[in-house]
Amino acid sequence: MSNAPLTNETVHRVSFLDKASLHIPILRILQADGTTYENAVLPVIDKALAEKIFDTCVFTRVLDERMLGAQRQGRISFYMTCTGEEASIIGSTAALDKDDVILAQYREHASLRYRGFTTEQFMNQMFSNEKDLGKGRQMPIHYGSRELNYQTISSPLATQIPQATGVAYGMKLQGKRNVAICYFGEGAASEGDFHAGLNMAAVLKSPTIFFCRNNGYAISTPTEEQFAGNGIASRGVGYGMHTIRVDGNDMLAVLAATQQARAHALEFNAPVLIEAMTYRLGAHSSSDDPSGYRSKEEEAKWQKHDPVKRFKLWMINKDWLTEADEAKLFERYREEVLAAVKVAEKLPVPKLDEIIEDVLDKPTPALRKQLKELKEHIAKYPKAYPKSAGRL
Amino acid sequence: MAQMNMLHAINEALSIAMTADERMVIFGEDVGHFGGVFRATSGLQEQFGRDRCFNTPLTEQGIAGFANGLASYGMTAVAEIQFADYIFPAFDQIVNESAKFRYRSGNQFDVGGLTFRTPYGGGIAGGHYHSQSPEAYFTQTPGLKVVIPRNPEQAKGLLLASIRDPNPVIFFEPKRLYRASVGEVPAGDYVIELGKAQVIKQGSDITVLAWGAQMEIVEKACERAEKEGISCEIIDLRTIAPWDVETIAKSVTKTGRLLINHEAPLTGGFAGEIAATIQQECFLSLESPISRVCGLDTPYPLVHEKEYMPDELKTFEAIKATVSF
Repeated sequence: MSNAPLTNETVHRVSFLDKASLHIPILRILQADGTTYENAVLPVIDKALAEKIFDTCVFTRVLDERMLGAQRQGRISFYMTCTGEEASIIGSTAALDKDDVILAQYREHASLRYRGFTTEQFMNQMFSNEKDLGKGRQMPIHYGSRELNYQTISSPLATQIPQATGVAYGMKLQGKRNVAICYFGEGAASEGDFHAGLNMAAVLKSPTIFFCRNNGYAISTPTEEQFAGNGIASRGVGYGMHTIRVDGNDMLAVLAATQQARAHALEFNAPVLIEAMTYRLGAHSSSDDPSGYRSKEEEAKWQKHDPVKRFKLWMINKDWLTEADEAKLFERYREEVLAAVKVAEKLPVPKLDEIIEDVLDKPTPALRKQLKELKEHIAKYPKAYPKSAGRL
Repeated sequence: MAQMNMLHAINEALSIAMTADERMVIFGEDVGHFGGVFRATSGLQEQFGRDRCFNTPLTEQGIAGFANGLASYGMTAVAEIQFADYIFPAFDQIVNESAKFRYRSGNQFDVGGLTFRTPYGGGIAGGHYHSQSPEAYFTQTPGLKVVIPRNPEQAKGLLLASIRDPNPVIFFEPKRLYRASVGEVPAGDYVIELGKAQVIKQGSDITVLAWGAQMEIVEKACERAEKEGISCEIIDLRTIAPWDVETIAKSVTKTGRLLINHEAPLTGGFAGEIAATIQQECFLSLESPISRVCGLDTPYPLVHEKEYMPDELKTFEAIKATVSF
């Protein structure tokens, strides 16, 4: 169908469209006090699901608070929190099947927790010890789990976007009833990979959910210096895919939107774009100080929209939770995280032999030779290489 | 055995691989019904359907990212980049993603089922955007294999091996030989082991090493040299990364001399890496400095293509100079 007309409507005087031409409302279900809007259509959710979501929220808050502290104390080299974005991340993951593949950006550890990543596994990765599934090869927070269908994080921004299109196309060809979900921030949407990935998904009919956390900042660059259009949602429409903008601090809205996005992707083998309007309450990373580029007043305003608090109030209203339950949960996770830190930081680093593994499926003769020479050298100067010298 | 050109051999390899592996998918710009600009994928969409052989939008970055995702989900992905000159928009997805999927995840995820096919090299009056030989850019990236065939028989066997190799492979196809190189090709399914150089002709005075389309050129140069009484040992490297140090070192230990020929520019080219390694491995056997006959350190020119090329005469002169050093 080359050159099929996109519209039959004609006009006879110059008439431009602008970003306001596209009317994109925000889906909101929960009010600030934890009650739902009148006429709001709720997602599919029962007490057990709500409890699992809330449990993940609390764990994530504790992990972020404690590990940022651990970074400040110099116990780990780097950390990133998702504070303020929990509803976007957990609400969307809760809408998925466990066999749906997650391709995350870097700030979605709550998704991994929701799927069952243990506290020990988080710590082993952050402390790069011998039990780290990634064998101590990447900075803290670059998690991955084959078992939990969570692909290992890559630092370069947006590379996971066209990859998600490929994963979902593979699912389609294998006849799986699954989708791939791809998380990214509005900053990553400036990369070429964003365009490539969305365009390919739409054209090739790949059941992918593109989930944009529009959290206001790309490191220090605010959205008005990042894009000039009608957010990220307008682009989804431009690529020809179903698109929705949701309140990213509203757990129920995110859950509802993602549940329906998943159903649509599977029914039509089509991608969907979700733009979650949220706010990065924390810093970009532990290397960043947001006081240099935004005001305390702005942060305080967004504190009032705390997504975890809003969801908590909803659960309390439904008699599914009490303040005392919440306090107990926080206490339990604080102890658990601290205990896991103490264990993980004492475990040895991975064996030096592993340095040449997984470059290719088998080490080449050149790699084996390089390792042999390295080990001979370290054996000669063990005090200069204490981490590995004891494990030659 | 049947006579066929290199495109036909590549097409046959793709068809055999797709028949044997239901999870294999081929994609790229114009590769669908049209069969690719060089027609390497002719008939595959008709044979295997639009889901398994299809056109993508014009986005090398997207093709490579999509290929990584497909392969990470257990599919066999064969992606065509229309010209090797256009692989650079995909560079990040190849060197930061394809190459590191396995390592960064501690072998939890890999893209071993991924092969990039791309026509490379000059000699077709294509100017600098249809003639480049970018293999060396990829050889410095651990985690990739780089393979270049020299004729139809090699193309079929090496391509089948590349597709089935459990690592991401970049398969550079010498485009000036696509139709020009015709030869006997074994019927049916066969593979040529990756990572192994092939001694094409035994000799005693000098080892002449090349790959891909340059093999024809060094063979002709060596014929000239033989007429002047110089015995040349000719080796086709075939796999550039990881490369077969042992075979080259053994040959140079015997002949005492080495000449490396490649079409890419001299500076930073892969010949430099080979020279450094062989100098270390064979220092006491060498009777002359290792010689490199390569492209100039200029972008690939259009009108002066013949002058630019590391051709037969330049190679012949370098052989003589090395032997009489």
